[in-house]
Amino acid sequence: MKALKSLALATAVSALALGAQADTKIGMITTLSGGGAGLGVDVRDGFMLAIEAAGRDDVEVVIEDDQRKPESAVQIADQMIQSEKVDIMTGIIWSNLAMAVVPSATAQGVFYLSPNAGPSVLAGKRCHQNYFNVAWQNDNLHEAAGAYANDAGLKNSYILAPNYPAGKDALTGYKRMYDGGLAGETYTKLGQTDYAAEIAQIRASGADSVYFFLPGGMGISFLKQYADSGVDLPVVGPAFSFDQGILQAVGAAALGVKNTSQWNKDLDNAANATFVSAFQEKYGRLPSLYASQGYDTANLILSALDKADVKDQDAFRAALQAAEFDSVRGDFKFGPNNHPVQNIYVREVIQEGDVFTNKIVATGLSNHADAYAAECNM
Amino acid sequence: MSLILILEQVLNGLQFGVMLFLMAAGLTLVFGVMGLINLAHGALYMVGAFAAAAVAGATGSFLLALVASLAAAAAAGALVEVTVIRRLYDRDHLDQVLATFALILIFSEGTRWVFGSFPLFLDVPEYLSGPVTLPGGIKYPLYRLTIIAIGLVVGAGLFWLIARTRIGIQIRAGEADREMIAALGVDISKLYTLVFALGAALAGLAGALVGAIQSVQVGMGEPVLILAFVVIVIGGIGSIKGALVGALLVGLTDTLGGVFLPLLFALMMEPATATSLGASLASMLIYILMALVLLVRPSGLFGGSA
Amino acid sequence: MTRERLINAALLASLLGVPLLAWQMDEPFVITLATKVAILALAGVGLNIALGLGGLVSLGHAAFFGIGGYAMGILAAHAQNYEPLFTWPFLFEGSNQMPLIWLVAVVASALAALVIGALSLRTSGVYFIMITLAFGQMLYYFAISWSAYGGEDGLSIWVRNEMPGLNTLDPIQFFAIAFAVLAMALWFSARLARSPFGLALSASRQTAERVETVGLTPFKLRLVAFVISGAITGLAGALFADLNRFVSPTMLSWHTSGEIMIFVILGGVGRLYAPLLGAAVYILLEHLLGGISEYWQIFLGLLLLIMVLFAKGGLIGLIAGREVAHD
Repeated sequence: MKALKSLALATAVSALALGAQADTKIGMITTLSGGGAGLGVDVRDGFMLAIEAAGRDDVEVVIEDDQRKPESAVQIADQMIQSEKVDIMTGIIWSNLAMAVVPSATAQGVFYLSPNAGPSVLAGKRCHQNYFNVAWQNDNLHEAAGAYANDAGLKNSYILAPNYPAGKDALTGYKRMYDGGLAGETYTKLGQTDYAAEIAQIRASGADSVYFFLPGGMGISFLKQYADSGVDLPVVGPAFSFDQGILQAVGAAALGVKNTSQWNKDLDNAANATFVSAFQEKYGRLPSLYASQGYDTANLILSALDKADVKDQDAFRAALQAAEFDSVRGDFKFGPNNHPVQNIYVREVIQEGDVFTNKIVATGLSNHADAYAAECNM
Repeated sequence: MSLILILEQVLNGLQFGVMLFLMAAGLTLVFGVMGLINLAHGALYMVGAFAAAAVAGATGSFLLALVASLAAAAAAGALVEVTVIRRLYDRDHLDQVLATFALILIFSEGTRWVFGSFPLFLDVPEYLSGPVTLPGGIKYPLYRLTIIAIGLVVGAGLFWLIARTRIGIQIRAGEADREMIAALGVDISKLYTLVFALGAALAGLAGALVGAIQSVQVGMGEPVLILAFVVIVIGGIGSIKGALVGALLVGLTDTLGGVFLPLLFALMMEPATATSLGASLASMLIYILMALVLLVRPSGLFGGSA
Repeated sequence: MTRERLINAALLASLLGVPLLAWQMDEPFVITLATKVAILALAGVGLNIALGLGGLVSLGHAAFFGIGGYAMGILAAHAQNYEPLFTWPFLFEGSNQMPLIWLVAVVASALAALVIGALSLRTSGVYFIMITLAFGQMLYYFAISWSAYGGEDGLSIWVRNEMPGLNTLDPIQFFAIAFAVLAMALWFSARLARSPFGLALSASRQTAERVETVGLTPFKLRLVAFVISGAITGLAGALFADLNRFVSPTMLSWHTSGEIMIFVILGGVGRLYAPLLGAAVYILLEHLLGGISEYWQIFLGLLLLIMVLFAKGGLIGLIAGREVAHD
């Protein structure tokens, strides 16, 4: 609380010095402690990099840790809306937390910009004019992987994901685009760390490829064990298990794996070059997918603030919807449900010196919109 | 499903069980001798894995990493025993639960403070990587076989330590009658520190061994801790034999349940529902097993007194 | 009036006073925090009947807390989506009325406590701790994969449920509801402790033989206590879900069981108002430390540790001395 107060004080003082200026207050709820903290730290760092680069003293950011607990996220949201009176909220990493916070936040007249989670309900039936997703709808990367599997001539995939809603969405997304057959489909326990049994099933199944969605530590465990098992079928996955933050922990086991992502550090555009070098300079590590999403989210907000006052909700919403900012992804625009329409690329894990990272090898889907836009009535 | 696949899954279950045994042995020893419920046992597992990853990263030697995991976890164990744990022996279980829960918070966030929020890298060494072909044509990772072997050797060593050595006699005496062995001139507080450090070292070793094929990250100890508790409760608290049997039982149930339940359900319903429902039931299976065992034998399979 | 009674009165007065003050000063979030304290204290009051009075160390009370939460979630979700919950033997479309939701939450968690208790009470000591934990984990994994009601994503309710005559969306009115329920539960558990049943239960905690010789069965006493305890915690779960307008499997996780237990131990096991003080201190610490450092849980851990090691008998014991009101 103390850090928070002093930040507020500093901006209050500077606002005073500059005279009456319309302050914009942004509330960021993200995961900064516990096992999943790496993702939240990246989103925050990417976001703050853009905010600080803009050098605007009329924008104030309040950051709170949700500990990855939906209940705390709800309470922090209440606090930010009721006491801090924030205008815009952002930061949530996990779908279940987003589902807990977003509907009531938007209902209370706050803008919410998602830098990571994109549950299907919020893209479809429960879409809202004040809810913008700057990352992806949850199914998108999986759909691109399915499309890539067709391009690569894969005919018999073994697919697996944890037994929870995002896991089911992942496999549904893959199957939506993938035309081949399935050698097997397995739901693993959430938080499972040993995949010996599943790998044995894969070996015996006669599959020609493996598609998996196992975020965080689950993916690290799976890949290391898979590499050690001697099964050498090609592996495809979404970017989450191959991103900068965890790739070093997987090591050589991930080399050559194809993964799908809407961003990579080698995307050739000026905004991305600036972002990658500035991030490295400030934090001393390569930026991750999550950092790029945080950075884009901040720049989107800043671009809209240049055009409209956040208190004028209609004008500000139109400015957000226009999305006229230099995205690190290159082209970026919103569909009718305020979700991105964007290219999703296929990356390959490579080694650069001592560091494991990705390079783009193909485009999985071009100008791809999500499958739920039709269900959205705003 | 072929016989080879079934055998391979049984091996997987055994390997998981052996790993659980390393965790459970320390937990059950500490409970049996000192009457202490230690929720922070999983934190020591994490300490072992992080120490191993750090040393492997610096030296490149897996053996040194294992030694480091033993040393770091034993040292951390001895340190908490002397500063905190020994004040808890004559408290009730409630205070022990709260204090060791507090230790989890301190260890987890402390580790994150030192090593950062991102998982660490620890890999299987070159000479243990890749699969070997077993008689019958089963291809099985050499490293997992090594874990089974190490676990069995440690298990045998523990049985020997407790049945045949002077320290073992003191430990057994301590379980039976605390005052008596103190009266006989055994330095009981030193013995307790030793037992606690031994349990911690085993947990640390398990963390390092498993860390090479899983993810070395903050919070990695908690799921294992719960499983280890299930193991010692099934086996009977305080019994090393019980911990071994319980660990193998849990390992096999969890692995085989996860494989066969969805297949079983697929005989009765459409595949998508079957995989999902089977997976749900499989994740509850070991808790169902534990409840069943306790209903038949309220103090576990090999437990004397609760 | 003993010192403990004074402390109790002061606690209740401040729980009522602080939000009223915040209401005057237009600080709605303070009211929300106070509501959270009241509801979690209620969960603790439930646990304290098993723990303090009956000596039953249950590490599975999250099960009842979660069942209460899901009772609210399921009833309200059906009501808001106009999908009947069942059509036979009569049409039932769910409900967004708090009294009915509470009734369902209490009955459902009492039934669950009856089953879990009947099985678990065959064991004792550490085995009891662990078997209750096992039942909690079973429900937790079940809820995660129960896709009909959101699985791990949980269930979001867009508006808070209704209470006849009140506007529950107004923080101070919802606080009043939570406070009233807590006050009733405290009154009830004080009565229970002094009733013949409570005295017999207390006696069976200390020496089971003593009650057996007068013809009572400790098993039955404990089971009844466990059911009452589970029902109160279940009611707290329904209120907690309504506070957040959201329910998810985290309510069922063993961390939740641990936290409810911490409230009770922190305050002082067996003290009537322990859960209230414990919950208030814990939530205040969580809230204040969270702003100081990203690694605030280290400090929380250290404080808890110091508390256990040096404040035997909990916070109330520390302030009121060793005298125990009912024992």
